[in-house]
Amino acid sequence: MGPIGWTWVLVAASFGLYAGIALYTRARSLADYYVADRAVHPVVSGMATGADWMSAASFMSMAGILAFTGRDGSAYLMGWTGGYVLLAVLLAPYLRKYGKYTVPQFVGDRYYSRSARAVATVCALVVSFTYVAAQVRGVGIVLARFLELPIGAGVVIALAIVFFYAVLGGMKGITYVQVAQYLVLIVAFLVPAVLVSRLLTGNPIPALGLGGRLTEGGAALLGVTPGRHLLDALDAVGADLGLGRFTAGARPRLDVVATTAALMIGTAGLPHIIIRFFTVPKIRDARASAGWALLFIAVLYTAAPAVAAFGRGLLVATVEGVPHTEAPSWFRAWEQTGLVAWTDRNGDGRMQLSGDPARNEVRVDGDVIVLAHPEMARLPAWVVGLVAAGALAAGLSTAAGLLLVIAAGFSHDLVRGVAAPRLSDRAELGWARGAAAAAALGAGYFALRPPGSVAEVVAIAFGLAASSFFPVLVLGIFWRRATREGAIAGMAAGLLVTSAYVLWFRHLHPELNGPEHWWLGISPEGIGALGTLVNAAVLTVVSLATPAPPREVQELVASLRYPREPAPARAAASSRAR
Amino acid sequence: MTQDKREAYWRANLRSIAGVLAIWAAASFGAGILLADRLDAFRLFGFPLGFWFATQGAMLVFVALVFVYVRWMNALDRRFGVYEE
Repeated sequence: MGPIGWTWVLVAASFGLYAGIALYTRARSLADYYVADRAVHPVVSGMATGADWMSAASFMSMAGILAFTGRDGSAYLMGWTGGYVLLAVLLAPYLRKYGKYTVPQFVGDRYYSRSARAVATVCALVVSFTYVAAQVRGVGIVLARFLELPIGAGVVIALAIVFFYAVLGGMKGITYVQVAQYLVLIVAFLVPAVLVSRLLTGNPIPALGLGGRLTEGGAALLGVTPGRHLLDALDAVGADLGLGRFTAGARPRLDVVATTAALMIGTAGLPHIIIRFFTVPKIRDARASAGWALLFIAVLYTAAPAVAAFGRGLLVATVEGVPHTEAPSWFRAWEQTGLVAWTDRNGDGRMQLSGDPARNEVRVDGDVIVLAHPEMARLPAWVVGLVAAGALAAGLSTAAGLLLVIAAGFSHDLVRGVAAPRLSDRAELGWARGAAAAAALGAGYFALRPPGSVAEVVAIAFGLAASSFFPVLVLGIFWRRATREGAIAGMAAGLLVTSAYVLWFRHLHPELNGPEHWWLGISPEGIGALGTLVNAAVLTVVSLATPAPPREVQELVASLRYPREPAPARAAASSRAR
Repeated sequence: MTQDKREAYWRANLRSIAGVLAIWAAASFGAGILLADRLDAFRLFGFPLGFWFATQGAMLVFVALVFVYVRWMNALDRRFGVYEE
């Protein structure tokens, strides 16, 4: 059986598994639908959060970015994991203690304001919607390449699946489906990584193989001398072709710091991740669940730099200087999708790579590296099918989590919270399912007609999440004096700074989008860090200039700090609350 | 629980948060970015040390930090009688 046959088999088997679990665990009540009845074990919740978190971008794009940028790409590794430390110590246990359904609901209660809740809801909807469109697009690409369907058909299939279990199953359904999806995606990422690592370095653990020495066979595959360290060989090849050394950083330090910080803070501010911590039974489970999520994520993230290095080495070895008429089969297959392209600049009929754009003849989209490296290393056909099933699991699990935030934001925060407070639970559930269905259709439309590239859209979502939610949530928990006026002004200022900067460089003046024009050398990807600081500063100043929050709000803030409240302490607390 | 004890619990939590975040920043922004070039002079097995922190070390530190904080807070919760049974 060839790669396409195996892909059909493995993808169909994994989809059947998800559908079975979704049917078995579907939501029956409102608490089931939004927070899985708060009965999810922290390890299970951590695993589901891992799948929810790891999107098509983590699975496909991250190792691709690392393959081309080397150490500079580690901003994504550290950024997308460091946010969980912030979640565990600054947000998860306190928001779990608060104990309701959505992030905007917390903002509305803490800042005693329906307008604050409405602003927060709009932020959550915008962030989640841009992110879900990117996932559906990623799933469509995989279906198109590996099942040889038109990309439109791929998107429609992806939507039908997500619709089925997110819309019907709610949080309870998707949590258990996500556990299965985590297992599928981690196996799919690690199996080829382990096989390639053993092939090149003799060490079956990719993270250790990355630092290992090349074996005879590995050196022959990469076209270098055996016995050298893999990293040294990559650095030498990179220097020869003018691609830069793999282990060295070239971007300005301040920009790497800002980008890493923006990704960390954005991670901690993403509503679809925060609500995962609402599903565990106890406050201490929320802390533990952040640790388990991070551990399960780190299993993939520590292997990603190895996959990047293997992919970079194999790409150069199988393409550089090879006549296009003898191009490897993976190269030809991906050329048909437009994600790989060759332009014969010097007319010699051979493919040449170079760090100099005027001489480089081969363009390889970063997303291709993970999907194609099993074929580059000539692994068996079933591995190729497995990688496709893993990429689909990554995209679908994230899309489902996001659709749930959109459903809850619309029905719980906008319809019941602001427009029609007397709605029954049953009617609210209807609105939630309707909103998820509408969002799925909207995401499908944007996935077929994307306004920008997937990475661009996702970067904007992170910047917005960082500069809108994070300071408002953290200060709302840790500073009793934070006021309604401060929160609304802070969110508005943070959003304005971030979106204006991104719009300016990405859409209005893309020709100026370079380090010499950036403010302090900070790229649009890193501006969310600055937006966060602006938000926090405005929130602080405006809060001090406006009347303190009402006493019951200050008591709410004080109560968030203690997992359990012994009865007599409550009176003592309120009498001395400032 | 008296007001003094409530405040002592919260101060102890804030201290541990400050400790966690200091190590968090040192491993990522420090070793993984700002000091990475200097650390690359040292080798850990086959890895230049700065590169290792940026691509693996910082993440391993994060995982360890969260689990240490979880244990720390469970002990604190028990000591102050706010542990959930």
